[in-house]
Amino acid sequence: MAKHHVTATVNGDAVEFLCEPQETLLDCLRDQLGLTGTKEGCSTGDCGACSVTVNGRLVCSCLMLGVEANGKSIGTIEGVAKGEELHPLQRKFLEHAALQCGICTPGFLVAAKALLEKHPDPSETEVRYWLAGNLCRCTGYDKIIRAVMDAATEMRGA
Amino acid sequence: MQEKVKDGPGSEFEYVGTRPIRPDGVDKVTGRARFGADFALPGQLVGKVLRSPHAHARIRSIDTSAAEKLEGVKSVITGMDFKEQTSEFIPAGEMMVNYKDVVRNTMAREKALYEGHAIAAVAATSATIAKQALKLIKVDYEVLPHVIDVVEAMKPGAPILHEDMYTAGVEPAPKTASNVAKRVEFVLGDVAAGLKQADVVIEREFTTQPVHQGYIEPHACIASVSEDGQADVWVSTQGHWIVRAHCARLLGWDVGKVRVTAAEIGGGFGGKTVVYLEPLALALSKKARRPVKMVMTREEVFRASGPTSGAHVRVKIGAKKDGRIVSAEAELKYQAGAFAGSPVQPGAMCAYAPYDLENVKVVGYDVVTNRPKVAAYRAPGGPISEFAVESVIDEIAAKIGMDPIEMRLKNAAKQGTKAAYGPKFGPIGMIETLEAAKSHAHWRTPLKKNQGRGVASGFWFNIGGETSVSLALNEDGTLSLTAGTPDIGGLRASLCMMAAEELKVPLDKIRVQIGDTGQLGYNFLTGGSRSTFSSGMATVEAARDVMKEACKRASKLWELPEDAVEYKDGAVRPAGPNAGKHNPMTLKEIAGIAGKTGGPIVGYARINAAGAAPSLATHICDVEVDPETGKVSVVRYTAIQDAGRAIHPSYVEGQYQGGVAQGIGWALNEEYIYDAKGKLENPGFLDYRVPVASDLPMIDTVIVEVPNPRHPYGVRGVGETPIVPPMATIANAVANATGVRFTELPMSPPKVLKALDEARAKGTAKI
Amino acid sequence: MRYEAPTSFDQAVALLTREPGEARVLAGGTDLLVQMRTDIVDPILVVDIKGIAETRQITEEGGGFRVGAAVTGAELKEHGKLKSVWPGVVEAANLIGSTQVQGRATMGGNLCNGSPAADSVPALIAAGAKATIVGPKGRRDVPVEDVMLAPRKLSLAKGEIIASFLLPPKSGKTADAYLRFIPRTEMDIAVVGCGVCLTLDAKGVCTAARVSLGAVAPRPLLVAPAAAAIIGTTLDDAAMKKLDAAAQAACQPIDDKRGTKEYRIKVAGVLARRTAQIALERARKN
Repeated sequence: MAKHHVTATVNGDAVEFLCEPQETLLDCLRDQLGLTGTKEGCSTGDCGACSVTVNGRLVCSCLMLGVEANGKSIGTIEGVAKGEELHPLQRKFLEHAALQCGICTPGFLVAAKALLEKHPDPSETEVRYWLAGNLCRCTGYDKIIRAVMDAATEMRGA
Repeated sequence: MQEKVKDGPGSEFEYVGTRPIRPDGVDKVTGRARFGADFALPGQLVGKVLRSPHAHARIRSIDTSAAEKLEGVKSVITGMDFKEQTSEFIPAGEMMVNYKDVVRNTMAREKALYEGHAIAAVAATSATIAKQALKLIKVDYEVLPHVIDVVEAMKPGAPILHEDMYTAGVEPAPKTASNVAKRVEFVLGDVAAGLKQADVVIEREFTTQPVHQGYIEPHACIASVSEDGQADVWVSTQGHWIVRAHCARLLGWDVGKVRVTAAEIGGGFGGKTVVYLEPLALALSKKARRPVKMVMTREEVFRASGPTSGAHVRVKIGAKKDGRIVSAEAELKYQAGAFAGSPVQPGAMCAYAPYDLENVKVVGYDVVTNRPKVAAYRAPGGPISEFAVESVIDEIAAKIGMDPIEMRLKNAAKQGTKAAYGPKFGPIGMIETLEAAKSHAHWRTPLKKNQGRGVASGFWFNIGGETSVSLALNEDGTLSLTAGTPDIGGLRASLCMMAAEELKVPLDKIRVQIGDTGQLGYNFLTGGSRSTFSSGMATVEAARDVMKEACKRASKLWELPEDAVEYKDGAVRPAGPNAGKHNPMTLKEIAGIAGKTGGPIVGYARINAAGAAPSLATHICDVEVDPETGKVSVVRYTAIQDAGRAIHPSYVEGQYQGGVAQGIGWALNEEYIYDAKGKLENPGFLDYRVPVASDLPMIDTVIVEVPNPRHPYGVRGVGETPIVPPMATIANAVANATGVRFTELPMSPPKVLKALDEARAKGTAKI
Repeated sequence: MRYEAPTSFDQAVALLTREPGEARVLAGGTDLLVQMRTDIVDPILVVDIKGIAETRQITEEGGGFRVGAAVTGAELKEHGKLKSVWPGVVEAANLIGSTQVQGRATMGGNLCNGSPAADSVPALIAAGAKATIVGPKGRRDVPVEDVMLAPRKLSLAKGEIIASFLLPPKSGKTADAYLRFIPRTEMDIAVVGCGVCLTLDAKGVCTAARVSLGAVAPRPLLVAPAAAAIIGTTLDDAAMKKLDAAAQAACQPIDDKRGTKEYRIKVAGVLARRTAQIALERARKN
């Protein structure tokens, strides 16, 4: 089976990899590029643990073929902090204890970042619906929602 | 950030009761943390499992020859690659497992007992080849009649899963095989006599569905076995010593040859206290002489890993007009799945545990069915029996016109109460949580149209157990703390805080890790809400060991008797008549003299933590019911629970909130749907409906603190109790809103609408 | 499996026509990839149509809109004019899956997946949309209600692809709406879906209406008697009652893991009323 040669940008870095046509972008990120921060929870688009951005658009990387990433710009959890400085969302997640086991956290952060870039001042309901595709089984969402709202407030003030 | 937790400890302690950033936090918000599926080894193979398509079938033969010949396939195993085991029950969390069953659940031998039961496994150079190989394995099945429902499974003539299973706990011993593995009974006083005094008697039957723990991380491990039999496993587990014990036993290897490292764990809730993939990966690796990585798909998680029991429960309670309960009976029938060992025993013990009663009788049955073997799920057994009991108490309170909180106060267990399951309670917080509920603003806020309010309480025992911790003083005075209970939700933070509190050193001078099985003595698993309690107790002991050793070293240097030196405010000082004779020495200075005063300083604790104490909770919930569609929405929720003492209040609150969310899913939507052939129809998060962010309101919490006198900081386990009250709390709220009492979970829209329509026809519906 | 990403319909149609084995069109992939992953389908050829310009564009045409089959839900939502003219269609498409799924899911895929519970389909039917299909014999326009025949079965011939949807021009006080019932608030498949599009005259009397139901029959239904129940009325209580009854009468549902027959029928009536009420309020404002 011929492999496809894919060139793309991941978190601003040019990357290339070979992938089988049926491999998902999630498989490629984790297995070909070693970017294991993007998590696999279901591989059917129902849990959001594999959230990434593709050309700025939030998607489930399990629902996209790796070969479709050719020429695209991908954003993953590994690119959310800027150097040594955590993104305000990352800081607020820590301050609010918005994670317990942490497996869903990368997906929540990538999704919440996409939300705040689009809607800097969301209501609690808007945050809850935007993040409805990110499952968390540990927290009951309370502290996650508070962390996102608090990060939004801080980012608007900055 | 939320305010510091109320009352007291804040002033008493420097670290305990505060809300620092968890030490493993940055790794978890940057994607650096490595979970079960994030490990890779050079030359690793991909392992995949062939699973039974039948709910019940005899395996006549398995032919793996074609799979073995496929290019890229490096090893193939079946059940015969594991040692036969004798029947022997051993503890696993709060549950028991039997090795004879564990080996059969790991991989089927004579029979496939549920759809998804592992039949064979392959290791190959790619996932694609491994999947092709599975298709080449020929299994000759004789399909047998199956049974899914617990009540059906108990009927005479039901398909029998195990021809050698005779109901235990029944006199005289039965002579015919049965799906009822055992009968248990707990009796206090005389329920028949009690019933004669009752002014009101209510008897109801309840049905609950099996629900899955629903951890977001599927089971995952990587195993590597060398030619000389030394084996390593990296795995997402709640207990790596348990993984080691099970694997060594099933494979017939020396325990000491197997080293298990606990990866970061993406949720467990009890479901990662047993082995599924680990023995397979080891057996495949041993045969292939290469590392083997195995990760379950979400579908495999649902089809093959353990949910908790579904059950049928009958409750009969008699009470006086003043609210005093005079007779309390329950009969519990719990599904165990394919092998004996449902949590019916803890369910029976919990049923009436929140109350101080004279006459109690609880009977339980452990029943096998053609479903995945149940695993522990957060307070295993408790939520089911307490759902039924708390529902009936609510109904009695309504019938006698008593406030449901007052009725519970009237009967509340307290220090000195003798529980029906045996012990006398020490200090417990039932009354305190009820009083906190009564005085909470939530309890008095007016409701809107189509809304109702419910309240219910819950109990869980909590456990201690074998625990080892080491605390090394590094050469620069910093400390390395190594614990052996996997950290699922903030354990490292609380251990670090307790060590800092003892030593009076800043938190960032202590780095805490979860050690592998080669680094510490035995540790029982993270389960039974034991980790902060037990590893915390061991951490305190290890810290005191370091302080004692530090004093000893200073006494040598100062040429003073050991008892003339004390550790105080973060430094070693001459004490008593010698006070002030030498300058205090900090841990950094002690570390500097460690070499010449006797060598490295390491505090060590190896304990069997005793004195775990129950945690009680009272929850309040408001629901809104759509009268036309039957949809129930939770609009407000308050969880009040005794933590003994909250070490890190944010993570205690998080436990309360998470348990409530799981309870809401259990109450409203989560269930397994089987077709007529016993195949699971909803093995994914699309149709196994766990709550999503937009389904829930904020979940308010109140931390009540009735310290546990048997723990140095008063800790009670808090993780499990929060899932106990929600189902009854919600059912009571729905009854309050609609006038209809729901006794069947989940209270999904079709069921609610049907019951509402029936009640409307009878004129008993409130909406 | 072979992956191809043609840049013209000619190439795409040729690829699909030539392939003797199982060939699938890939748009957003939110259904196809799941089916591949769970071994429900195992295609030999996957043809990604997103490189074909028409599938990715929203253009105004003949007073209405042409919406490419591979335009994502998120893109529909961001098109202010389309959203203000056809809010029901856009809302329906936006109910498909999560925010993440919205970043990929398309109305073309939603229709071609062949599910009776597809959210965007009843809304498109109610709106009177046509699907533009390209194939070996050229282009043809088909009312959306005629595309799906039964679960997983479409009226498309081998080599045919849905290129775009044509939403008609809207006149006067016309408005559409879509509602679905699900057990949770998000992430579920519709137990019942309902699209309503109606037109009012100056006095507020309904002069035209289309009512469509999803998930209550082997295919999404255009329910003429439900429309008849409200045409000529002001959608007063009596008309709403008739609408409810007509919607219930049209249902031929099954019992499955998502709902019972009895439940689906009742809820279809409830949703028809609630959806019509939203369309009514919107039409009054137009």
